[in-house]
Amino acid sequence: MSRMLTFNIFKYNPLDKNDKPKLQTYEIEETPGMTMFVALNYIRDRLDHTLQFDFVCRAGICGSCAMVINGVPTLACKTLTSSYKDGNITLLPLPVFELIGDLSIDTANWMKDMSKDIQSWIHTNEQTDINKLEKPMDPKVADDVFELDRCIECGCCVSACGTKRMRPNFKGAVALNRVARYEADPRDQRTDEELFEIIGDDNGVFGCMSLLGCDDTCPKHLPLQTKIAYLRRKMVKEGLK
Amino acid sequence: MKIFYTDTLVIGGGLAGLRVAIATKKAGFKTTVLSLVPVKRSHSAAAQGGMQASLANSVMGKGDNEDVHFEDTVKGSDWGCDQKVARMFTQVAPKAIRELTAWGVPWTRIIQGSKEVIINSQKTTITEELESHGLIASRDFGGTKKWRTCYTADATGHSMLYAVANEAIKNDVTILEKKEAVKLIYKDDVCYGAVVKDLMNGKISAYLAKATVIATGGYGRIYEASTNAVICEGTGAALALETGVAKLANMEAVQFHPTALVPSGILMTEGCRGDGGILRDVDGYRFMPDYEPEKKELASRDVVSRRMTEHIRKGKGVPSPYGDHLWLDISILGREHIEKNLRDVQEICINFLGIDPADEGVWIPVRPMQHYSMGGIKVDYTGQSPHLKGLFSCGEAACWDLHGFNRLGGNSVAETVVSGMIIGEYVVKYCQNHNLEFDTKLANDFMKEFDTQQDMILARVCKIDQKFNDKNIYDIRDRMRKIMMDKVGIFRTHNELQEALDELKELLKLSDGVYIRSDMKSANPGLIDTLRVKKMLKLALCITKGALLRTESRGAHTREDYPKRDDENWLKRTITSWKDGCDEPIVEYEDIDIMEMELAPGFRGYGKKGNIIEHPNSAKRLKEVEQIKQNNPDKDRFEIQKMIMPYPLPKKYQEKNERVGIGYE
Repeated sequence: MSRMLTFNIFKYNPLDKNDKPKLQTYEIEETPGMTMFVALNYIRDRLDHTLQFDFVCRAGICGSCAMVINGVPTLACKTLTSSYKDGNITLLPLPVFELIGDLSIDTANWMKDMSKDIQSWIHTNEQTDINKLEKPMDPKVADDVFELDRCIECGCCVSACGTKRMRPNFKGAVALNRVARYEADPRDQRTDEELFEIIGDDNGVFGCMSLLGCDDTCPKHLPLQTKIAYLRRKMVKEGLK
Repeated sequence: MKIFYTDTLVIGGGLAGLRVAIATKKAGFKTTVLSLVPVKRSHSAAAQGGMQASLANSVMGKGDNEDVHFEDTVKGSDWGCDQKVARMFTQVAPKAIRELTAWGVPWTRIIQGSKEVIINSQKTTITEELESHGLIASRDFGGTKKWRTCYTADATGHSMLYAVANEAIKNDVTILEKKEAVKLIYKDDVCYGAVVKDLMNGKISAYLAKATVIATGGYGRIYEASTNAVICEGTGAALALETGVAKLANMEAVQFHPTALVPSGILMTEGCRGDGGILRDVDGYRFMPDYEPEKKELASRDVVSRRMTEHIRKGKGVPSPYGDHLWLDISILGREHIEKNLRDVQEICINFLGIDPADEGVWIPVRPMQHYSMGGIKVDYTGQSPHLKGLFSCGEAACWDLHGFNRLGGNSVAETVVSGMIIGEYVVKYCQNHNLEFDTKLANDFMKEFDTQQDMILARVCKIDQKFNDKNIYDIRDRMRKIMMDKVGIFRTHNELQEALDELKELLKLSDGVYIRSDMKSANPGLIDTLRVKKMLKLALCITKGALLRTESRGAHTREDYPKRDDENWLKRTITSWKDGCDEPIVEYEDIDIMEMELAPGFRGYGKKGNIIEHPNSAKRLKEVEQIKQNNPDKDRFEIQKMIMPYPLPKKYQEKNERVGIGYE
């Protein structure tokens, strides 16, 4: 018989006026290689059909299942129950984002607004003829762009951000990383001056207090610290012009 | 209960749905995309290996073109595909790659010069030419003659999905997330939109549209073990089926991948075995050479999956709380090789299992799992249902019929965008020629019908201290998944399929009487799952009945009692429909005419030889095609192709594709 796990899970339905936020306790038996994905589905299937949470890929690539596990924002699907030695696991929804219910949050609208805000697409005046050979791109540059393109918009960086708590309109590392991604991409013709318009203020790169909760919690290990510093230097230069 | 109006309603926000939405929005039509989840989290993101398109940039892709890609695809399909559709697809695939490049996909690029690669377990040196430097690279994949699969490291689907989703945002496509289409609105043989449930607040609304496009992906989660994301429950195909008007095709064509991680089902790339990894059983014994002395672990996907299942059935599987599995041993390749070439496999094992497969004697638990749904909503080459007008479908949800009975790796993510581009144009045409019809009574009736359906489920609320045993929807779902895995899986026999059909019918009946824990219309996963499982059961019945009736083995459909591919009797598409009140689907067939084929049926070039019951027309057509080629020695490959099998295509995609060094030849 393997050990028993105690889950304390945040339960609250904001649509139910009589409901109050609480921690609900569930006890389940641990199985080998058990992840939070396996555990939460077991709880919902066997113990509580009303428990709300989000998983899609369950492979650490889609970013749906970010939650606060024993105090740290991370992806639930790739977190093993065995990494919690005393068998006590507390699950809370990510802060900052609007709560749908229990562990389920609405990242969709937040991330869509962010994408519109920083205009998260290639800006160019060039017309592409799709019948013609593509333009060559330096292989190293393509790799560098891909490195930053790996962000899965899970929201961990935003919910771990001290600045975000103080400045509700702070764009967060997810947005700054996106800007860095387009800045590195030669296909995007935006100038530094144009980028300054997007991130050159306290809600952008100058708001960051370098507490680096983003860098600590990013499940894709994106170089957030380096890239925010890089953008800040670039934007200072632009601002002093 | 509100009613909304849009020109195009796209159900499903993965690559296929978003690409159609971009086409209709750019043509000036009001376009609304509904998605269960934030669109960037769609299962399209899970396509890792790459996208097939015959760019022929790499030295290993030289000589590749639409013709070679077409042949590979038809052979892969075991001649079950629609060859005209395969032509449309291979013609547009290079354009799709180049469009995605303009939208920002950072494809991995070719570096000029020599590099060492492993081909057939042998170290080999290849040299890329200067003129290819910086062009899009491609890698080798199963069932392809050339290195044709374009990729972005190992996150191809992710980078494609982000580029396409951002393009949709840029074009102001209305994207509504956490919305589930629960019923199509239709009258006679015309579709007018869908009833939609908001998954956040439970509210019901109707979306009326000129054209409704279902792009909801596959039905992998009907099976106990699947590599698919948890949202791939096939509910989009079920929406169409439940109309009783629209029909599904080739539902029994289900692909299994040999090495999925146990229990999570995450795919372990074929590269593990390609690089020399081996499979072991409960005794640590390497069993594949006993079954396949020549190819061993490197036989084709369907063969390895079949052998593994056979071995587990003999009692040689490794018992675990998640069912029996086998071992994939890559530790024999050595730490250096793994950390350099199989880094992701190693990371996944560390994250999900807490084991390092580079440690000596540490093996990865794997088992064949459901991987891809070749079947889906029956549509014609324009993506429209021939039975329910105004209803379109594309991507994995559809049976456009690019893949026939087996899909090639790299052709699925390619199909999403390519079919989105092509079908998007046909949807635009449809919108131009049709008016938006406002039948609010019809919309209200459908909304009420759905609400009544919910009320009936919610009336069976059962308090937490009462037990409901077999009247629990999650038990029914799990039983369905087990039946599908055990009896409608890789190997199929008459008796097991008949048992499965009977048991599934029983479950469908049971699903009407399930109890539920909460009587809320929102914040109630039990309600959502009850509605979905009923749909899934109907699809499971379509798959099972199709498999039962198809007394041959073709592509991924393997009948132990009918091991041959029977072109004489079974060169046909399975067409399934569902009449309201019935407990099983109606199955009909659509013939595939050999005399219209460009590539007449023959040996695939892999798999068992002499395993075909030939159709007399195959030889006849082959001769006919040869004759056309011989009689026209002065014609180029495009002109000859047109004489053999002309195919339709929107005008904007008809131009030739340029290739490095050879231009538009």
